[in-house]
Amino acid sequence: MRIVVDFDLCESNAVCMEIAPDIFEVRDDDFLYILNETPDEADRARVQECVRRCPKQAISIAED
Amino acid sequence: MTESLNLSSGSVVIVGASLAGLNAAEALRRAGFEGQITLLGEEPHLPYDRPPLSKQVLAGDWEPERTALSDAEELAADSIDIRLGEKAAALDLVSRRLTLENGETLDFDGLVIATGARCRTLTGTENLAGVHVLRSLDDCLALRADFEASPQRVVVVGAGFIGAEVAATARGRGLQVTMVEALANPLSRVLGDEMGSVCAEMHRDHGVDLRTGVGVDAVVGTDRVQSVVLSDGSSVDADVVVVGIGVIPNTEWLHGSGLTLDDGVVCDATCSAAPGVVAAGDVARWPNELFGEMMRVEHWDNAAAQGTHAARRLLDESVEPFAPVPWFWSDQYDRKIQLAGRVRPDDEIQVVTGSLQERRFAAIYGRAGRITGVLGFNRPRHVMRYRALIAQQASFEEALAAEF
Repeated sequence: MRIVVDFDLCESNAVCMEIAPDIFEVRDDDFLYILNETPDEADRARVQECVRRCPKQAISIAED
Repeated sequence: MTESLNLSSGSVVIVGASLAGLNAAEALRRAGFEGQITLLGEEPHLPYDRPPLSKQVLAGDWEPERTALSDAEELAADSIDIRLGEKAAALDLVSRRLTLENGETLDFDGLVIATGARCRTLTGTENLAGVHVLRSLDDCLALRADFEASPQRVVVVGAGFIGAEVAATARGRGLQVTMVEALANPLSRVLGDEMGSVCAEMHRDHGVDLRTGVGVDAVVGTDRVQSVVLSDGSSVDADVVVVGIGVIPNTEWLHGSGLTLDDGVVCDATCSAAPGVVAAGDVARWPNELFGEMMRVEHWDNAAAQGTHAARRLLDESVEPFAPVPWFWSDQYDRKIQLAGRVRPDDEIQVVTGSLQERRFAAIYGRAGRITGVLGFNRPRHVMRYRALIAQQASFEEALAAEF
């Protein structure tokens, strides 16, 4: 599982950071940073929640 | 009947094919529901996202297709039977039957009510060209067409979040904008006067002619709007008027159904309105146990989360109460304004980072010793951190001491 963020869509609403602060972080420059692009399988449910809850649908999961 | 639906059979009808309804449909499938799902949409469009309608689409930066939340292929893959242009007219809870406006009937085992809300209008302006509300994609395209016709002046009635976003987008298009607000400051009934005045200054700095503390007495014009007469006696010439004065939940079709209606469909703490009937999104009023009060929330995030929760409730009567910290964002000019929590204008307010002058800050709200909310201007990280504290029912003191 690899996290893909479409930064053209991302508006830094930080919803993903609220769900998974160990994976996503919006910093003071207002940009989103992915702290862990390839989280463990155990994190899948949380990442899927980030995908669903993102107001811009900017997050997806790649399987490679 | 038992309250919960059988996972492998039965049928669910979802009335309303916007964010809450679509999320409910998808959540049913994720939870393993294998029965029939019918998603009824009043509008002719497949489910689409509304936030861009006052921003990117209205600005002309996005074509409407970009707002799609799903497509026919995805819905078919999930065996979600979507029916567009169909409006529910009546509900019979005893025979568990829905009657559509075209006379057709639909039987259901489970029902999701997600009919949303519609805009309040100014009476007497219904047949006047150039007067708009903004809720649907069609509303947006009609307003955009008027913006593209190079109007001399746009008058925005109501400086709430929709009005403010429309004003910002119109200014971005180089249009002259007058915004009229009955309150002393925009949003002061929500955010309080100090934060409302930050919003007021932002609009004025971006060239909006903001008139506060005045109402609208009349919208003048024969076929097309010509001017707006304000309660202070002044008149503003206008060839486009956008009315953003709140919404009314769409519950008329439920009159006589036996459901409790009170500014929305009244639900219990789990979003259940009656056995096998749930409600979600702008139309649902429920007791949020985190705040100990009834609420009806008109935000994007709530529609998505409540749609999901309501679907789970249909399948499992022992589901936990729906008790989120309401949160929304509003993009105006180059600012992302976010509010989380349940604030009142007379709450205690403390800026915890940044400065009001730069309009880049986070401020927390408190009442009775507890943090009730957080307002951010370009501070998404802080808003989400404080939102977590609100969810934990942290004290105001604890929140003040937190460092993020």
